[in-house]
Amino acid sequence: MDAIIKAHGLQKYFGTFHVLKDINFEIRKGEVVCIIGPSGSGKSTFLRCINQLEQIDTGYVTVENEIAGYRREGNRLFPLRDREIARQRQAIGMVFQKFHLFPHRTVLQNIIEGPVGVQKRPKQECIAEAHILLQRVGLADKAGAYPGELSGGQQQRIAIARALAMKPKAMLFDEPTSALDPELVGEVLGVMKELAASGTTMIVVTHEIGFCREVADRVVFMDAGMIVETGTPSDILENPRNPRVKNFISAVL
Amino acid sequence: MTNSAPLDVKALVIVPHRKIGTKIMAAVCIVLLLLLARAFWKGDIAWEYVGQNLFTRTVMAGVGNTIIMTFCAMIMGIALGVLAAIMRMSDNPVLRSISVGYIWLFRGTPALLQLLLWFNLALIFPTIGIPGLWSIRTVDVMTPFVAALLGLGIQQGAYTAEVVRAGLLSIDKGQMEAAQSIGMTKLRATLKIVLPQAMRVIVPPIGNETIGMVKLTSLASVIQYSEVLKNVEDIYYVNSRVIELLIVAAIWYMIVVTVLSIAQIYIERHFSKGWGRRDASAQQTANQALVGEVS
Repeated sequence: MDAIIKAHGLQKYFGTFHVLKDINFEIRKGEVVCIIGPSGSGKSTFLRCINQLEQIDTGYVTVENEIAGYRREGNRLFPLRDREIARQRQAIGMVFQKFHLFPHRTVLQNIIEGPVGVQKRPKQECIAEAHILLQRVGLADKAGAYPGELSGGQQQRIAIARALAMKPKAMLFDEPTSALDPELVGEVLGVMKELAASGTTMIVVTHEIGFCREVADRVVFMDAGMIVETGTPSDILENPRNPRVKNFISAVL
Repeated sequence: MTNSAPLDVKALVIVPHRKIGTKIMAAVCIVLLLLLARAFWKGDIAWEYVGQNLFTRTVMAGVGNTIIMTFCAMIMGIALGVLAAIMRMSDNPVLRSISVGYIWLFRGTPALLQLLLWFNLALIFPTIGIPGLWSIRTVDVMTPFVAALLGLGIQQGAYTAEVVRAGLLSIDKGQMEAAQSIGMTKLRATLKIVLPQAMRVIVPPIGNETIGMVKLTSLASVIQYSEVLKNVEDIYYVNSRVIELLIVAAIWYMIVVTVLSIAQIYIERHFSKGWGRRDASAQQTANQALVGEVS
């Protein structure tokens, strides 16, 4: 099947620091890819490039064969306007390390903000869907709460529901459990496992090796801005060929 | 006498500090206040004139105009301020420059001078309008109300812009990114997500500036706008009771400012929604959390 998201030769600099060095990547519909690797290896930056939260210096990303952020005419790329980029972003859900729920809105308002405010869908329908999503993430009774009243794990589950409410074609998770207390990690991973099992296309940047082993179709190991090794969880986690991957795996397990 | 036997807990009494110093201080203050009150009472102030004029039609009209001008100038100031702040933070260098230029220009000159310039605009442009299509004599347009509104509102906008910008900067960048990730444009995210949260930071200084504006409107008396100061002046030009009428004006300013200060508390409470702590919902939540832990 055709890839939903493809990255071609991504290069990215922060000033003089070369964060991404020629990243080539693709993910098919329903696939779950986990990206692991040491801090500062460019994992998050790569994820943010896919959603156009970071500008790419060289190379390009396509989402369902549409170039992200540009209109192509022959060999010339014209940057899209903010409005069109916003439209493209609707196809991709993003979950952040620090949740970033809107603190001045209740849980329900957080979830329906996208579908009602941005996609202009009927409010009643979206509210009904929001309640189903809340059930799915196990927080059916929290619709009226404000984010500040919830635990980190609960907030992250709401953030997942907020992203899902847009009915995205793929979900990006940027270290979704790194800001959580250890005892809250499980509830978030549980929701993500359920999503994976239901066929959601997911790219997950994570340090949770156990989650990778259990859920990922493919594991990508990044280091120093490059994809060092790609393979099935057992390839990467049990029989890594590259010595850098070996070192990392033995250090975290 | 030492007693090693345990003390009778029930019989123990805590004797509070006597706080003699505090009591003396309070007494001295009260005496001084009474002396001050007496001085004013004995002084050459005909208090009956204060009472007589406090609610006269002219004074009330002046108070009304002061409130109207405060309200209009602040609305204009906040609208311009929000606009200028958003322009200042835009990616578009032209919009940024316009905003910077506006703030520079209108913060750079005294409010009184700006009022006089607007009021005397007819000296520069005898008529205004679209050449060949429509025009009107400037003196007919530039009434004291319009001149005062433009003078006060536009310069207020320049100050408010900086307050709003500080508020917008205080919000975590993640909020903008989260809003963008659910498909909002930058502008929509700023207006719907970032600005409402920034209000919590913006409202206290705006409240402060509104109170400042109540008093700043007194400058408009110079260009013949009938606010409370101008109207009490008109009265004392006739009856020569200068101090009495100034006291009348002072009382009204105090009343308006007090009402606004109380309103500010409620407005701040409204915008602290979701932060709990300051309102009852926080306690409710704490209770829920407790119940949750027990069950």
